[in-house]
Amino acid sequence: MNNNSHEARLALIKSKLKMRYAKEKIFKTLGIAAIVVALSMLVILFASIISTGYSAFQQTFIKLDITLEMEEIDPENTGDIEVMSRADYAGIVKSTLRQMFPDVKDRREKRDLYSIVSFGAAFQLRDMVMADPGIIGKTLTVWVPADDDLDMYMKGHIKAGEEGSGRIKEQKLEWINTLIDNGAIEKRFNTALFTNGDSREPELAGIWGAAVGSIYTMLVTLLLSFPLGVATAVYLEEFAPKNIWTDIIEVNINNLAAVPSIVFGLLGLAVFLNFFGLPRSAPIVGALVLTLMTLPTIIIASRASLLAVPPSIREGALGVGASKMQSVMHHVLPLALPGMLTGTIIGMARALGETAPLLMIGMVAFIVDIPTGIFDKATVLPVQIYLWADSPERAFMERTSAAIIVLLGFLLIMNAAAVILRKKFEQRW
Amino acid sequence: MTISRDDIIQTVGSPLIDNGNVKISCRDVNVYYGEKKAIKNVSVDIAEREITAFIGPSGCGKSTFLRCINRMNDTIKTCRVEGDITIDDENIYDRNLDPVLLRARIGMVFQKPNPFPKSIYQNVAYGPRIHGLARDKAELDEIVITSLQKAGLFNEVKDQLDQPGTSLSGGQQQRLCIARAISVQPEIILMDEPCSALDPIATAKIEELMEELHENFTIIIVTHSMQQAARVSQRTAFFHLGNLIEVNDTNTIFVNPDHKLTQDYISGRYG
Amino acid sequence: MTVRSKELSHLNEMLLKMASLVESAIKGSVESLVERDSDLAEKVIKADRAINTLDVEIDEECIRLLALKQPMGKDLRVITTAMKITTDLERIADNAVNVAERTLELNQEPLLKPYIDIPKMSRIVQGMVRDTITAFVNEDVKLAKDVIRRDDTVDDLNEMVWKELMLIMSQDSGTVSRAVKITYISKYLERVGDHATNIAETVVYMVQGKIIRHMLSDQL
Repeated sequence: MNNNSHEARLALIKSKLKMRYAKEKIFKTLGIAAIVVALSMLVILFASIISTGYSAFQQTFIKLDITLEMEEIDPENTGDIEVMSRADYAGIVKSTLRQMFPDVKDRREKRDLYSIVSFGAAFQLRDMVMADPGIIGKTLTVWVPADDDLDMYMKGHIKAGEEGSGRIKEQKLEWINTLIDNGAIEKRFNTALFTNGDSREPELAGIWGAAVGSIYTMLVTLLLSFPLGVATAVYLEEFAPKNIWTDIIEVNINNLAAVPSIVFGLLGLAVFLNFFGLPRSAPIVGALVLTLMTLPTIIIASRASLLAVPPSIREGALGVGASKMQSVMHHVLPLALPGMLTGTIIGMARALGETAPLLMIGMVAFIVDIPTGIFDKATVLPVQIYLWADSPERAFMERTSAAIIVLLGFLLIMNAAAVILRKKFEQRW
Repeated sequence: MTISRDDIIQTVGSPLIDNGNVKISCRDVNVYYGEKKAIKNVSVDIAEREITAFIGPSGCGKSTFLRCINRMNDTIKTCRVEGDITIDDENIYDRNLDPVLLRARIGMVFQKPNPFPKSIYQNVAYGPRIHGLARDKAELDEIVITSLQKAGLFNEVKDQLDQPGTSLSGGQQQRLCIARAISVQPEIILMDEPCSALDPIATAKIEELMEELHENFTIIIVTHSMQQAARVSQRTAFFHLGNLIEVNDTNTIFVNPDHKLTQDYISGRYG
Repeated sequence: MTVRSKELSHLNEMLLKMASLVESAIKGSVESLVERDSDLAEKVIKADRAINTLDVEIDEECIRLLALKQPMGKDLRVITTAMKITTDLERIADNAVNVAERTLELNQEPLLKPYIDIPKMSRIVQGMVRDTITAFVNEDVKLAKDVIRRDDTVDDLNEMVWKELMLIMSQDSGTVSRAVKITYISKYLERVGDHATNIAETVVYMVQGKIIRHMLSDQL
């Protein structure tokens, strides 16, 4: 090749070079743009949830100086808990309010006055007496939760006299201002949100019931799906002969992973509730349904991580005379376990956020009590969110967001657990 | 000279040993992968306490044949073995023979060092433990130490027995695998290209180790390096396209081979 | 893997054994000439068979090591040198046999004259053979070069023997057949010196990797 054509060739390459770099630049820019869009969506999502939800972690409380008269609680001085618990605590709260605003005379005005504190105030009083009957006859300073409308007003979500949220009337506003002037109204951390079950009253409603329901459901799901999934994966990957039956099973497992979750709910309804007669709305049934739903995910992830164990490890074990079972149990399974755990936790995280199948088996019921076992009626966090999102009260709106934040927190913890477990058990070979 | 995949060639040299020093004897062994014949009518004797090398181009069946000897091919579902392979006059493909028991008698070292991702000690102790060869901890310790000593590794690792086996260098890992293989006191050690992943110095160490080991063990080594076969073995078998072309003592194979194919292969004319 | 030192020292041992057999063959052949001892001459001729066997054995061992151990560097030079040495030693032994054969013929006739220079040559070449092998074993270049220089003395002695015998032959034609045989013997011994020099040269190559074969002795 002569010098001339050599130079011509170089010039040709050079002329194309600019375009090649330009293409590379465009590709990079598009990639960055995609990431920026995705990230900003995420930021918007979090910002909207947190900005609506953060105020739910606070609750307006009103200070009442309550005198617990003996004749109102236990007139015959029996000291009997039964009698004490039946006393009219709501009446005590009302009379205290009347004392605070003595010029309220009108019946309608009185009803308005009573409605500035929550129903929960009466229960709170009763609980205090039950815990320590010694306080009867004394005058106590008690902070009781304010009604949700007043709470919303204090948080600035609704304005007085405004159309559509006109439950704060002129007069009420006066009382509130008096309370503010006396320092008798205050925003405090909303412990009720984390300790109470569901309630019709937003200021009393909490997510603890749903959280416990979720924990029970997840626990049972984990206990059922992990051993079953791992055992299935080990059998299929390590022991099962390769024939038409195992092929069919494999195809079906892959198909099951793609089945819409509502179908599992219908299955649960038909089989667990109607056929086996298990209790409605119970975590056990929810767990069974979610187990069915997560099993394919766990099996597929477990098989993939078994497949990733190098065959040389199996051969090494067989080479020193280990049986098939020993080589799997002593060497293959420990190496595959981190991957299996990750798959399981991802499956569990999906189950934690699942609503549809649980609606079918009645976990959508309004349940106030905190469940105490897997056979109790319960609901779960995502269903709770669904229920609250449906409620008309303005105060449930912020609670919905708060519950979403808590659910996201749960997911975050589970994913972090997956990462930590993986790091801990991961072995190099 | 060309031969096609379907030809069956009569082995030349001295595949059968007549001085009685036979450890493994193979007669008319055929191995199939599905319909494909991977080993064709191989008959050969392996001498006791000698190193026998299997050489040949890639895909000639030497590894496949090696894996017949400890029935490692059983793990491959499509693989089928015909013919007789006897160790000390006992047919290893007998219905009553347990492959797990067989593999306790035959150690194996693989192409890529494959220590278990456990400590050095646990690597060596694993075999004796599953077979219940040690009555107590002291005995197990002794087995581990002697095995490491025999594998020429003890002095290098004696202070780090609790370190993971995978933290060692490639050559050390392979010697650890040899220690693991000899820990169950096998009669035979099969080595499937044990040095292909190692540098020359590590290779030299393994080869020296083999020289020492063959006084106590019958060793078969598959190697794609004919120089290695020449250096370490007493007898050499040359495979080609599933045929056993020639078997003889190593000196004869490398100085005065009988078969044209052997000559071409050892002089690097193909393969 | 390198050639193990055990195998190399085995090769050395065989070479030493061969060298000592060769040396005693020269010694025996010249002794049988001087002492007119036909039995000794016969013995020398018979002993050559053992030397030939060793020659083949050493060659085979060298080929085996070359083929199986793939020696490199110094090891490679040692083994190729050994192959050359054994050839030279074998030729030296052949020369000793030739001397013994001429001796048997000379013993049929009366003594021409007492031998003075030939035993001297014999002693020198024996020393040369011994020293070259020592130089090989000890990898001693100095000794090897010394051996090469000594060859000149042997050549000079050979010249003197020739001149002397030419003189005798020209004076008395009846001595010709004996004198020619003696010149042969002198020539044989001179050849032994040449082979010893060859060995010394390969020893230098073995140690230094430098071929000095065709240099003049003052260039060494």
